[in-house]
Amino acid sequence: MGRKLLLEKAHIEGIRYYDTYRREGGYAAVEKALKMTPDEVTDQVKKSGLRGRGGAGFPTGMKWSFLAKPEGVPRYLVCNADESEPGTFKDRYLMEHIPHLLIEGLIVSSYALGSNRTYIYIRGEYAWIVDILEQAVAEAKKNGWLGNNIKGSGFNLEIYVHRGAGAYICGEETALIESLEGKRGNPRIKPPFPAVKGLWDCPTVVNNVETLAAVVPIINMGGEEYAKIGVGKSTGTKLISACGNINKPGVYEIDMTISVEEFIYSDEYCGGIANGKRLKACIPGGSSVPILPANLLLKTAKGETRMMNYESLADGGFQTGSMMGSGGFIVLDEDQCVVRHTLTLARFYRHESCGQCSPCREGTGWMEKILKNIEYGKGKMSDIDLLWDIQRRIEGNTICPLGDAAAWPVAAAIRHFRDEFEWHVTNREECLKRNYGLANYAEPIKATA
Amino acid sequence: MAEEKKLFKVTIDNITIEVEPGTTILNAARMIGGDVAPPAMCYYSKLKGSGGKCRTCLVEVAQGSTADPRPMPKLVASCRTNVMDGMVVKNITSERVLDARNGVVEFLLINHPLDCPICDQAGECHLQDLSYEHGKAGTRYEFQRRTFEKHDLGPYIQLHMTRCILCYRCVYVADQVTNKRVHGVLDRGDHAEIATYIEKALDNDFIGNVIDVCPVGALTDKTFRFKNRVWFLKPVDAHRDCPKCAGKVTLWYRGDEVFRVTGRKDQWGEVHDWICNECRFEKKKTSDWVIEGPTRVSRHSVISANHYVNVAKPEEKLPQIMGRPPKITLNIHDISDVNKPEIHLSELPGPAHSDDFNK
Repeated sequence: MGRKLLLEKAHIEGIRYYDTYRREGGYAAVEKALKMTPDEVTDQVKKSGLRGRGGAGFPTGMKWSFLAKPEGVPRYLVCNADESEPGTFKDRYLMEHIPHLLIEGLIVSSYALGSNRTYIYIRGEYAWIVDILEQAVAEAKKNGWLGNNIKGSGFNLEIYVHRGAGAYICGEETALIESLEGKRGNPRIKPPFPAVKGLWDCPTVVNNVETLAAVVPIINMGGEEYAKIGVGKSTGTKLISACGNINKPGVYEIDMTISVEEFIYSDEYCGGIANGKRLKACIPGGSSVPILPANLLLKTAKGETRMMNYESLADGGFQTGSMMGSGGFIVLDEDQCVVRHTLTLARFYRHESCGQCSPCREGTGWMEKILKNIEYGKGKMSDIDLLWDIQRRIEGNTICPLGDAAAWPVAAAIRHFRDEFEWHVTNREECLKRNYGLANYAEPIKATA
Repeated sequence: MAEEKKLFKVTIDNITIEVEPGTTILNAARMIGGDVAPPAMCYYSKLKGSGGKCRTCLVEVAQGSTADPRPMPKLVASCRTNVMDGMVVKNITSERVLDARNGVVEFLLINHPLDCPICDQAGECHLQDLSYEHGKAGTRYEFQRRTFEKHDLGPYIQLHMTRCILCYRCVYVADQVTNKRVHGVLDRGDHAEIATYIEKALDNDFIGNVIDVCPVGALTDKTFRFKNRVWFLKPVDAHRDCPKCAGKVTLWYRGDEVFRVTGRKDQWGEVHDWICNECRFEKKKTSDWVIEGPTRVSRHSVISANHYVNVAKPEEKLPQIMGRPPKITLNIHDISDVNKPEIHLSELPGPAHSDDFNK
């Protein structure tokens, strides 16, 4: 039984409201933090080894310590709730069920960073969550947790909820800042980094919802205690949103010591592959990380059991590994066609590219068109190599990581499932009638490597 | 205040130069000049905030600085990266850079209509130069090219959205040179386009400058449309006493007729001064102007391939860096019967005619 820190109380009835949340021990972290100095709070976060939960996995304490602190210039904390990655819905669950945890985390983090105005930039499609959050903010304010001189500490804080207009790119921190400023959501060119010049050219920290929520248990239990959960540099718990062909899709909190196999097959988590099918592949961290075939997913190339944590999922680099990413765990069973799946992702990235820099603007559209041809039986063998060449020239050459995010799924699909692409090219008639999966698994793939 | 400013030493393609702190790699490379300067499609030194978008100026940083000699893992946009003391940059000596640049050119061209034969920009188009220098002859793109609905931008400026490479320069011009911007980038991704939100004419006094900054033929002069090819025109520097702008322009003659008026451009294709719409569109008589003499033609013009007297030849850096002679550029005399080297085009009294060469 894994340890739960964030969702421990999420099932309690009425936890969405202040009274229940407070009765269950809420806002204790704020009380504790306000008695510490801001630097001590940052220190606890550093000691906890908490890593950014939005995808990149950058140590949060380090990010906070990079924040420039010039005299007379306001600093801002922005909560990135623009959760738009296909397959990721953990923040939504958290904000929907236990919004006060986020507010509490925001107050503590704002105190640590010295931000008097903190913004929650929420995805436009999460319209109903805006109401939930605004109600939570109002309740917190009514009870003196927000506003001027919070609980006599002399610390002032206002939290504003800002709705995005429905762009994936606004989840990128600099695009988010642009959008928050009321401009077109184009990512900025770095440097300068937001820690130096962010929102309205002031030092800014942008953190994911889950990261900020995790600050609450860190303060409650102490950074060192928090660091004992998990293994190595993957400390604490992580929310995983599991979806795809599994028996029990949903949001799970894991403590990063379980194996991928256990996560997929145990009844506590995903409950195995739906309809008794076999596992074919999985995207372990949201749509932009590389897809892994079953054998590489369950065991690393070295033959070790792959665990659900940052290091183990990334073991083997992109050749034989993947990434923890944002925790969008997408499982594909034996009937799914990787080409079709890759096409879906490529279409998404084409649609969401901001169009600012040329490789991403033109390359994403080109990849989608080629994938469409292959999927619909009009592909050529040379198209597969062309796809490889296009993704290679997008990756690393763009302003923001969306270019990489568009290139990686295509690269991994070709790297691990090239035979499927070739089957589509050589069986033009058949690939119109049925999926590769349904057609070609007479030879069973090994469910466990 | 006698303290001397410390200069940063930066090595670009094995050539070391000392520049002031805060200089970008691109500008440092431009100081060296010649082939060392990376191509730039979106960066414009006179527009604040421009650059970083087209990715043609990507360079490899082999050594970050003396203090931190680690190389940068990714290629960086030289137009937006400042030099550090002891930085070592590889531009044309890096295979990675050339490959990435080749890729960028390909990306820029897949949706470009390649309608150079009917494009007014042909001959002074930066995309032509770029694809000639860094692109491939063939294309691997087999799909229909992107098209847009037409937008009318008023009586002076013609918009061809299909040719646009979304460099954002015209947006910055409208932001920084005119007092109100009415056009911008609508939509996103590969369907992003330059347009006014609701069909509106661009009628600011200085909006004509978007024509000069456009690196391709997306924004062209309607008063010059289809009138002539730029390489048949002879550029002449002139000025007038203009109450609105500096009034320093280039007149483009054919025979004794002024076909168009543009700002004066330097060797990187950037204008020295912004000029007003009146100078650009209204004053098309020699009597309106005081003539200063023939313009020095930059390498960005096909005119420099003709035997024009006042060509500013780029400095040759290639032999020094690569140890090989430069790629032989197209010599017009090898393939054409006209334009004989011994006859100076700029000295012909009227428009160039084949009779002039076949005497």
